[in-house]
Amino acid sequence: MINAIWVSLLLIGIVVGAATGNIEGITRGILQGAEDGVAVCFGLISIMVFWLGLMKIAEQAGLVQLLSKLLRPVARFLYPSVPENHPAMGSILANMSANILGLGNAATPLGLKAMRELQTLNPHPDRASDAMCTLLAVNTASLTIIPATVISYRMQFGSANPTEIVGASILATFLGTSVAILLDRLFRAYNRDQRRKR
Amino acid sequence: MMEWVNTLSQWALPVVVASILVIGHFRKVPVYETFVEGAKEGFPTAVRIIPHLVAMLVAVSVFRESGALQLTLNWLRPLFSLLQIPSEIVPMALLRPISGSGSSAVMIDIFKTYGPDSLLGKMASVLQGSSDTTLYVLTVYFGSVGIRNARYAVKVGLLSDLAAAVFSVMVVYWIFAV
Repeated sequence: MINAIWVSLLLIGIVVGAATGNIEGITRGILQGAEDGVAVCFGLISIMVFWLGLMKIAEQAGLVQLLSKLLRPVARFLYPSVPENHPAMGSILANMSANILGLGNAATPLGLKAMRELQTLNPHPDRASDAMCTLLAVNTASLTIIPATVISYRMQFGSANPTEIVGASILATFLGTSVAILLDRLFRAYNRDQRRKR
Repeated sequence: MMEWVNTLSQWALPVVVASILVIGHFRKVPVYETFVEGAKEGFPTAVRIIPHLVAMLVAVSVFRESGALQLTLNWLRPLFSLLQIPSEIVPMALLRPISGSGSSAVMIDIFKTYGPDSLLGKMASVLQGSSDTTLYVLTVYFGSVGIRNARYAVKVGLLSDLAAAVFSVMVVYWIFAV
């Protein structure tokens, strides 16, 4: 699927550009995209280094384990395949908490750490496991309770009440995340069914 | 409400950082050494993502700069109007999963044209706040551990983006439209 998306984006882009005589647009797109890719990664380095360092302290102090204990019911429902005391659970919950608190830039490093720990439980290292798909579904649906960036844009453009949208955002996020989790479960069951038939 | 939310978002980060440091210190964790030890993982993880991200962003950027995005938008407009999504929000709903900065740009454009407090402005804000850049998250998360076969994750991500767009519009109509 990701292969198909990638190839179609590129080929359709090149064909459309060629057909409409916008060849320099393609060249500009390639250079700009490559530059953005590296820039985003370098932007990530600073927050990754900081949050992974802080996370290690939280881990050694037993805070991550405490968090896992508190959120155990949620975790057991969402990630039945991850053993309760596995370090992956701690990182998954830290990632969730960061999302909920609106600490967007902390969520990515913690999510990547969770991914790496889930990989140690994965019997097929180049294929995503069930738990990895769930982690992704939860993260792409954005659990954010306080959309800080949107609020600051609203302020900048002179909104009379920049935080007015928080309640509506929470509701929309909740609905969206529920759909994501539901779809994740549906596709997983369908997937398993198909494999059994073969 | 506004005061409270602003205060909370300003205090969240410092409070989290301070609590971890204080509790760590009292639990006799060598905080500085431990921080450095954990932080070492940051650089290699970020660098490992570069090829994945360059590949994806080049594709997205070519798609946008060539004019193919605009074409797809015009083509998909009927589907979105069927889902009751106003045509001004459509480019944003479509861009949201592939480019965070792209959808912010559309949101800002809506703010400039209609104002952040208009119904459209609120829809754009809620949509931006209630979803994430699926393709970016997918690339970064799976890329960092070398997953090639994403199974059904892409479908789940994109379908829930569509759901988020529909819900954002519905919720704003429901709460704000008189």
